Amino acid sequence: MKAKDVPQEEWIKGYGTRACYAEDENGKYVVVQSKGWEVEKIVNSQAHNVIKNRIEEAKKEVEQGKASPLRYYMEINQMDLSLLASNAGIWKWRVKRHLKAEVFRRLNRSTLQKYAHALRISVNELLNLPKSDPAP
Amino acid sequence: MPRDFDHRHSGHCETGTVSALFRDCGMDISEALLFGIGGGLFFVHLPFLKMGDIPLTAYRDAPGTIIKNVCKRLKIPMKYRKFRSEKEGMDVMDEMLSSGNAVGLRTSVYYLPYFPPDMRFQFNAHHLVVFDREDDDYFISDPVFDHIVTCSYDDLRRSRFAKGTFAPKGYMFYPSSLPQNPDLSGAIRKSIAYMSKRMLYAPIPFIGIRGIRYLSKRVRKWPALFGSEKALVNVGTVVRMQEEIGTGGAGFRYMYTAFLQEAAEITRNKALSEASQMMAETGDKWREFAVIGARMCKTNDHSQESYNALSDKIMEVSKREEEIYRFLKKNI
Repeated sequence: MKAKDVPQEEWIKGYGTRACYAEDENGKYVVVQSKGWEVEKIVNSQAHNVIKNRIEEAKKEVEQGKASPLRYYMEINQMDLSLLASNAGIWKWRVKRHLKAEVFRRLNRSTLQKYAHALRISVNELLNLPKSDPAP
Repeated sequence: MPRDFDHRHSGHCETGTVSALFRDCGMDISEALLFGIGGGLFFVHLPFLKMGDIPLTAYRDAPGTIIKNVCKRLKIPMKYRKFRSEKEGMDVMDEMLSSGNAVGLRTSVYYLPYFPPDMRFQFNAHHLVVFDREDDDYFISDPVFDHIVTCSYDDLRRSRFAKGTFAPKGYMFYPSSLPQNPDLSGAIRKSIAYMSKRMLYAPIPFIGIRGIRYLSKRVRKWPALFGSEKALVNVGTVVRMQEEIGTGGAGFRYMYTAFLQEAAEITRNKALSEASQMMAETGDKWREFAVIGARMCKTNDHSQESYNALSDKIMEVSKREEEIYRFLKKNI
């Protein structure tokens, strides 16, 4: 790829340029700054849509009373069961139970505290859905 | 004000980090050269190892391998440390910084606030260099950024001790001394022989050239195996692994081209510059594959013909790559 053909399609705000390797006028492959490529943009937004859908799904289940808010916070932190379990220091099978609304409601303060710490929120926040989705 | 640090924008985080650490100690070796010597070029597609429900595809070796290989081949004593206690991990780093040294770290991208939200995934094998501290702020030379960034104590701690796959456990590394005249051409020869052998003679069908072929065959079946929607996520994921920030473009193939060019000069072996030409062309082919894949994702194209076109493109790439590795093996 020639340096002049390196795509310059800006898409991620707050990130400067990325370093790509391309051929300069002397035929040497060197680092060339690129603002981005549409291909990257498409596949990145696809990946984020997958996450977003999972969050929406979780939110719906919480609102219907099927799942606990923990399920929502797990998804918003891009965690799965085992990642949440190791972050909170709680057995996986217990975390799985805590995703159910009725089990979660009976949790004691210290368990809630562990989850809140793992998810970087306060215990009060953990008990309810937030008004809007926080950024990572 | 932080001390002076020669920050250079790099294609890949691991090689960029090693290059920056060496440079800070007075040994200037380019990122591409380190990538090649580390034998970083690779291919793997594992249908049974899933990340977020999607089979794993990688164009590079496991995190940390490049560093290990580089140090082995250039005979550089690298100190590696992991920590049980988070506080100890931070204290030892602070000590290194206050005596004017820089350290390499393995971190999780998700907890580094200087990454924009769209780039933050739970990925635990991001490498960077910390070179100074001022109060609560650490000064970081992150190879995939075009400028020096900062991060607070708590965020850096969280990121160094993130849990999950590849959990870094505070992983920290720095060269304890550097050789005067490292044997570059010897290391280059060894690494090229190692890399081409690994790509050509994989013991299992999921890696190397066999892995590329395997992916080509699998792609055709994706719509049947995963259903139309998930099949497209599979396509997008492979493209993402290839073109996301941190590869230098075309799944490291362009970076390897730069390596072969530099290697040709150092070893005075013309065959390597011929190989670099071939590698650059293969990079272009991989990019064509990415364009087809991204177009499918964008237009929600579920047709079997498109999957076949993707598959054919990958097969074409595998044939070209096989030629390159055979040529390299013969001429090294």
